[in-house]
Parts: sequence; structure tokens; C-alpha cells
Amino acid sequence: MITAERKPMEELIECLRPYHRILLVGCNECVTVCSAGGRKEVGILSSALQMAFMKEGKTLEVKEMTLERQCDPEYIEELVNQIDQVEAVMSMACGCGVQEIARRFKAKPVFPAVNTEFMGASERPGVWAERCQGCGDCVLGLTGGVCPIARCSKRLLNGPCGGSTNGKCEVDPDIECAWQLIWDRLKALGLEERYEENIAAKDWRTSRGGGPRKIIREDLVK
Amino acid sequence: MENFEPVIVAFCCHYCAYTAADMAGSQRLCYPPNVKIVRVPCSGKVDAIHIMKALEKGADAVYVAGCLEGDCHFKNGNIDAAKRVAYIKKLLDEIGIGGERVEMILMSAGMGERFAQTAADMTEKIRKLGPNPAKSTSMDMASNNL
Repeated sequence: MITAERKPMEELIECLRPYHRILLVGCNECVTVCSAGGRKEVGILSSALQMAFMKEGKTLEVKEMTLERQCDPEYIEELVNQIDQVEAVMSMACGCGVQEIARRFKAKPVFPAVNTEFMGASERPGVWAERCQGCGDCVLGLTGGVCPIARCSKRLLNGPCGGSTNGKCEVDPDIECAWQLIWDRLKALGLEERYEENIAAKDWRTSRGGGPRKIIREDLVK
Repeated sequence: MENFEPVIVAFCCHYCAYTAADMAGSQRLCYPPNVKIVRVPCSGKVDAIHIMKALEKGADAVYVAGCLEGDCHFKNGNIDAAKRVAYIKKLLDEIGIGGERVEMILMSAGMGERFAQTAADMTEKIRKLGPNPAKSTSMDMASNNL
């Protein structure tokens, strides 16, 4: 999932200061799962914002809505009836959702309520960790299902480096060395010989090196 | 301010604090009428939004009263509730309402005295702290409009 964290309240309050009526829009997908911008978080933030402004003697009217997905234009259309009644929109979705609202409603200021962080997985309740960088050329089949791009601090394709100590990364002892994990996994699979093969230098054009990316599926295009 | 009587919402677990309140009654113990009890099946049922809404709608303080550690009927509802209360405390500090307006209290069903004492202590603390800043301003505004 795409993970996110709520921005500091001070920042949110500051960008809403000029407005009296806003639409606070959550998303039912990734940000719901990582507890950053689902229906529940929309309710809590709405309450916190209203109280913060009430304290200053100002009334902020907050309309709450949570869309099935903010990254699909079909769902963004659901805002049509609400948008004229508000002065600004605050989105609790990832950056994709914020941009979709901004693209659809060009005359309406849109603010992000969360910082979009990374593509990750839940390690345990309340803990999410980075697992994928969307490099566009997956090597997981070579590395025992552990990604050296997302999980090695240096993105080494042939590791580990000298900073790996007792399975931990020199960048932070809380970070597991991806290449230790890769070795452990290859050993468990009986594929130690794969570790001896050098992985060729990566073509980063499939990643951000080639500029903003787009996928076009001709069979689905309308 | 001198006449300020705080409104305090207490979310009380059915298995401990609510029964303790009953016990306090049976023991003829007095506690301030400022505390409004909401019975919940477990303190773990109390969500962050319930606490926020209580404060937004005019409560001066909220506390969640759950079972003693290890005594939760639903295993760890009280521990979950304590974590949520800690989260809300931080959020309230961030928006300048003050995290001290929200507390997590643990007690058993037999602790009638503790229930009465908690209600008295909390009422006294909030009396000193003054009204919920969000409520007082909106109410001032309302009275100005009259």
C-alpha cells in the first residue's frame, strides 16, 4: 500500500486560516489501511480542526466525505455536489488523490493533510515499513524475494557492503541489512549459488530516471 | 470563572468502573455531579473519535475508566484504550486544548472509593484548569451575538 502520515496540526491550521468552509476528503484505500486518511481519521481531524479554530474564536465549517478511491476520476465526481458549497478542499489521500481533486476542480484550492511516504507493508499493527520503490524493473526473482532497491540503504545490487554488522545496517541499527536478509532467504531456499552471480548494473530509465512514467494498456484504452 | 462547573464525560467499562460507580452509590459515597457517565461494554470500545466529539460538543474533560491491567474481560481492551488516550493527549496538546483534559484511569469493580475519589480529583483539576478553550470561545461568541 501507499503509506502516509498526517501533517503537523500547526501546518494544517495555517493553510486553512483564510477559509471558513472546507471539504475534508478521505480515501477508502491505502490511507485507510495505514490509518492516515480513512473515514475515522477524517472524523478525528475534522474535530481537531474545528476545536483549534473555535479556540481562536473562529468557526470553521467542515464537511466530511470519504471516497472509495481518490485516484480515480469516477469517484472524484462524487464531490461535484459539495464543491460549490466550500471555499477550499483538504485531502487526506496520498499525493495522487490530492492531484486528482486539483485537476478536476481547477478553481478550488486543495491542500494535502498527509505526507505521502512510501510503498510499504504492515510489519505488525501500527508499524509499516518500506518494501518497494517502483523501480520499473523488478529483481525480486533474483534476490530471494527481498528487494535490494527498497530495503538496502545504498540500493546495492550486489551486497552487502562493509557497513553490515550482525545483520544490521550501518545507517541505523534498527534497519535490517537487506543483503543479509537476501542471503538468509537464498540459503533457506537452497539457492546459495545465485548469490555468487553478479547482477548487472540497473537501467534506471524504467524508474524515475526517465521522467514521470505512464502505463498505457491499448486493450483497455477508451 | 469563579462559578465554573466543569462538564466531565467518563466512559466507564461495564465490568469495572461502571460497577465501581454503582458500588460507590451503595456505599453512600458522594462524588461530584459534574461527571457524566457513559457505560461502554469495554474501555477498548472507546475510540479516539468518541473522545474528540465529547470535547468538541462541549465537555471540559474526558476520562476513560477501564479494568486493572490483566483484568480486562476482552483480554487487552484497557491497554488499547490507554494507547488511544495517549494519542489524543498528544493531538490536544498540538491544537492547544491541552492533553491534561483527557485521562485513562484503571480500577476494579470493587473500588467504589477509587471511583468517587477519581471523580472528585478530576473535577477539582479541571476546575483549576478552567473551561475547555474551544467551548469557552464559542460560547462567548454565542453570548456576544445575543
